[in-house]
Amino acid sequence: MKILVCLSNVPDTTTKAKFVNDNTALDTTGVQWIINPWDELALTRAIELKSDAANSIENITVITVGGKDSEPTMRKALAIGADDAVRIDAEPKDAYYVAAQIAEYVKSNPFDLIFSGIESADYNGSAVGGMVSEFLNIPSVSAVSSVNIDGGQVKITRDIDGGHEEVSSELPVLAIVQKGIAKEPMIAAMRGIMMARKKPLNVVAPMEVEVLTDVVNFELPQPKPPCKMIDPENVKELVNLLQNEAKVI
Amino acid sequence: MSVLVFTENWDGKFKKVSFELVSYASKIAEMLNTQTVALSIGNVQDDELNKLGNYGADKIVSVKNDKLNILDNQVYTSVIAQVAEKEGSKVVIIAQNNMGKALAPRLSVKLKAGLGAGVSKLPSSVEPFTVFKKVYSGKAYSNLVIKSDIKILTLAQNSFEFEENNKSASIESFEPTLNDDLFKTKVGNVEKQTGKILLTDAEIVISGGRGMKASDQWGPIEELAEVLGAATACSRPVSDEGWRPHEEHTGQTGKIIAPNLYIAAGISGAIQHLAGISSSKCIVAINTDKDAPIFEAANYGIIGDASKVLPELIQAVKEIK
Repeated sequence: MKILVCLSNVPDTTTKAKFVNDNTALDTTGVQWIINPWDELALTRAIELKSDAANSIENITVITVGGKDSEPTMRKALAIGADDAVRIDAEPKDAYYVAAQIAEYVKSNPFDLIFSGIESADYNGSAVGGMVSEFLNIPSVSAVSSVNIDGGQVKITRDIDGGHEEVSSELPVLAIVQKGIAKEPMIAAMRGIMMARKKPLNVVAPMEVEVLTDVVNFELPQPKPPCKMIDPENVKELVNLLQNEAKVI
Repeated sequence: MSVLVFTENWDGKFKKVSFELVSYASKIAEMLNTQTVALSIGNVQDDELNKLGNYGADKIVSVKNDKLNILDNQVYTSVIAQVAEKEGSKVVIIAQNNMGKALAPRLSVKLKAGLGAGVSKLPSSVEPFTVFKKVYSGKAYSNLVIKSDIKILTLAQNSFEFEENNKSASIESFEPTLNDDLFKTKVGNVEKQTGKILLTDAEIVISGGRGMKASDQWGPIEELAEVLGAATACSRPVSDEGWRPHEEHTGQTGKIIAPNLYIAAGISGAIQHLAGISSSKCIVAINTDKDAPIFEAANYGIIGDASKVLPELIQAVKEIK
């Protein structure tokens, strides 16, 4: 079985939002770039699955659409345990563009199980995974909190309103994963970091894809009024404010 | 031409989000001078379907087919696309929740329609079609132009005040084409609690963090939730410790919620936690540390031990109920 994990290279989640060029671009001064947290959990789960020989996973590939500046993030994924990496050499213009590029690669390099994170920490689109599956005309399962392999069958658990359910699917399948899929993201060991340098990172030319959306500019949220502090001896006052001022109870 | 809105029901009753979606869609239909078509998939009776008319639907397309009892993303996408085509829909509105995240991206490819994910306001213009959406997990917003002929918008939760707008909507049933080879997934075991308030649907959420000290200290949180008719949630360390199920984890990598009232007890408010709750209308923080970042995000704060403050709060709420 071959696994593909879609990765997004995003600013560290503690990055403060500041914009430049008339608020059309993020100020990347001093920004740390990381593997999108959900993608990192997906990669972790893929490696856990591969570590069990009974699952017969021959290969884990990671893929991204991005410029050369995304390569440290791909090397990190290789250090954690991916076997090879693919970088489609283009600026990720929007989710549709990114998904079309990934799907095009997969059409000539098939995989059995494709992972993507439920959301990217930058544009919060929750879109690439679902789009890739539709481009490929394969099933997708979203809100996935667990993936196991049992006798060549992929067993997926997904969250539903008020609970969860087990889903089995024909292969190939694309799993859009969220919290729960792996407990903690795996950390690269020194040996992994050394090995990562020798693992293949293939750069692929993009294809022509129409871009359907354009970001005009960014805005920062309105500053909020300061927090009203209430005496812990007078909790009734809080209830009064919630009822009569905020009108939320 | 039309604006199509995909509604969701739970056991035959529309979820609150469906009324928000229909109300939002009808406002966009007004901007485009066209009609609002609401799609319902599932076993929903006519008197329930008619409720969509109260929020501005002109027409309700009802699809009832036992093959659709389970969610298969590819199949559902095909059904929505068939209805969109039949109704000449130029805009499709879906919720930004588990269901919407599963379907909207697929539909975007199927209809070659640009996606505005997680919009929180009406479009500022329809020519060019410009939407306002959250980015960087709520730390900023972007104005996004969708250039394609058909547009898909997913509406961020609790971001739009819905209002009644009575129309006498017509109900039409529709039989989609469902080829057997489209069905590639099967659902096995289902574990589902009924009657519980859904965290993502709840108007009030009571949430506990590490400051609650241990898993057996959740009594006051559950009791306050019960007296307020609220759902319960928790911070990441709490779900990582296994004190509470991961379904309750709110924050950057957990659930993103936007209730009217969010009460954070013993939660310090790391930036990743705030990413999941910052769209709440009113935030109350209870924490022993006066410098905890949660107080910067909160509207009301109490510096104190949650295990002492919560029982008093429960008492005070009971007195007004």
